[in-house]
Amino acid sequence: MRFMYIVTSSQPPRPPTPALMEAMGKLADREIKAGRMIDNGGLMPVAMGAQVRITDGKLSVVDGPFVETKEMIGGYAIFELRDKEEAVAAAVEFMQLHREHMPGWEGTCEVRAFATAGADGSCQVDALAHS
Amino acid sequence: MTATDIHRTILAVWRIEQPRLITSLSRMLRDVPLAEDLTQEALLAALEHWPAAGVPEQPGAWLMAIAKRRALDHLRRGQMLARKHAMVARDMEREQQAMPDWDAALDDDIGDELLRLIFTACHPLLSREARAALALRMICGLTTEEIARAFLLPDATIAQRIVRAKRTLSESGLAYETPRRGELSERLSSVLEVVYLIFNEGYTAARGEHWLRPQLCHEALRIGRVLTSIAPLEPEAHGLLALMELNASRTAARTDASGEPILMLEQNRALWDQFQIRRGMQALGRARELEGAGGFYALQAAIIACHAQASTADETDWPRISGLYAELAALVRSPIIELNRAVAVGMAEGPEAALVIVEGLAHEPALRTYHLLGSVRGDLLRKLGRHAEARAAFEAAAALAGNKREQDLLRRRAAEPPT
Repeated sequence: MRFMYIVTSSQPPRPPTPALMEAMGKLADREIKAGRMIDNGGLMPVAMGAQVRITDGKLSVVDGPFVETKEMIGGYAIFELRDKEEAVAAAVEFMQLHREHMPGWEGTCEVRAFATAGADGSCQVDALAHS
Repeated sequence: MTATDIHRTILAVWRIEQPRLITSLSRMLRDVPLAEDLTQEALLAALEHWPAAGVPEQPGAWLMAIAKRRALDHLRRGQMLARKHAMVARDMEREQQAMPDWDAALDDDIGDELLRLIFTACHPLLSREARAALALRMICGLTTEEIARAFLLPDATIAQRIVRAKRTLSESGLAYETPRRGELSERLSSVLEVVYLIFNEGYTAARGEHWLRPQLCHEALRIGRVLTSIAPLEPEAHGLLALMELNASRTAARTDASGEPILMLEQNRALWDQFQIRRGMQALGRARELEGAGGFYALQAAIIACHAQASTADETDWPRISGLYAELAALVRSPIIELNRAVAVGMAEGPEAALVIVEGLAHEPALRTYHLLGSVRGDLLRKLGRHAEARAAFEAAAALAGNKREQDLLRRRAAEPPT
């Protein structure tokens, strides 16, 4: 099963501590060598991005930063894992590193399974959830 | 959480920690099979303690501490008071006092240790079946029961296979080998063969059988990725990964709702996993950059890539596929490859040219009971308007087919009216 991990935080963005960078680097290296992590990346501050929105049927482009955004996505990773249990165990380990190496940081690592055609017990695609 | 949930959670944590445990223990003990025993003991300890106490914050360190304690017990209790062991024991005691940074050093060269582990599990001295079982156990962290269910065999058979294989390794002095760099390519072929066996065992499994069978594809892909990251200069490792990714990309399209197989050319290509195809193409590209385009796996991957890149069956580049089959046939003499080449030639040049190849295979002993020979032949004869011969070929093929679904399909084809 393919999973996406999305790390969000509502705190003002700050760079990871060197210790956290090192620990995450090691973990990423291990997960790549273990054949589980397929892709990952950190995202630049929202000030460098934009949102393309539809409101009341109108399309608009808004440059960042976005004052109303509460949770900001800091990074993502894509894993190929056996099941949800394994996905959660890996996320727990990842978040444990934050607790150890970046005291005071608060945030969420959301673990989401990819919707793949024909997947057993296939999850509802919730792309329509915001319609 | 139910007891089963807790069990699954523990196994999930275990699978994440297992490679590091086994590699660092093998390095300490200079004995891979013994390291494997101890990691299993650590798992049993976790299954005993964690349901009540919860998963510890540092599960890896917890498991390692248990395994080390057992290792010390083992060394003390054992008759093995050889100097090597005494030294190892002293090192370990010192290290244990110096915890918790036990794994810092290992993380830096886990690649080498992992390669040693993989080479040990897939040693050419062991049978292919034994290698497959050991690889799943030692590299993927599957339990004996899981491996048995995946291969549709009794637990005892797999347990015995593993015990025997480990004994063979120990008795042959292969418990802690360091393959030299020069041997890498040669030893790698023994590994790739096993990985592909594991993949195919899962890939050919029918839908609806135990879910652990398709799981074998997942594990094989994972080992494939491990190999390409720790032996990045080996083109065939990339070739095999490409072949597996590209084949696995069709999983969702391979059967219909009732589980009936759908042939590749009739599959709904919208169901092919493009993300996985991209990864397969990347791996194939890497194999080519390493000048491995002509390798056994890379050639097969290149053939599948032709299909993966055609957005409809009609757009398939058959001349290229038949050229690739010719290269493959020149590399490995196999009547099955030759039969596949005939199909591609039939699509590229027409049924006549293909039938020449197929007729050449008629007396091939390896294909005497192979129903697909008759099926391909029937198809070509029909296209040539030789309907009576086509019907006879399909009927003969139906009589040889191993499962009912294929028999039915071939009988239907025999009964098709001339078009």
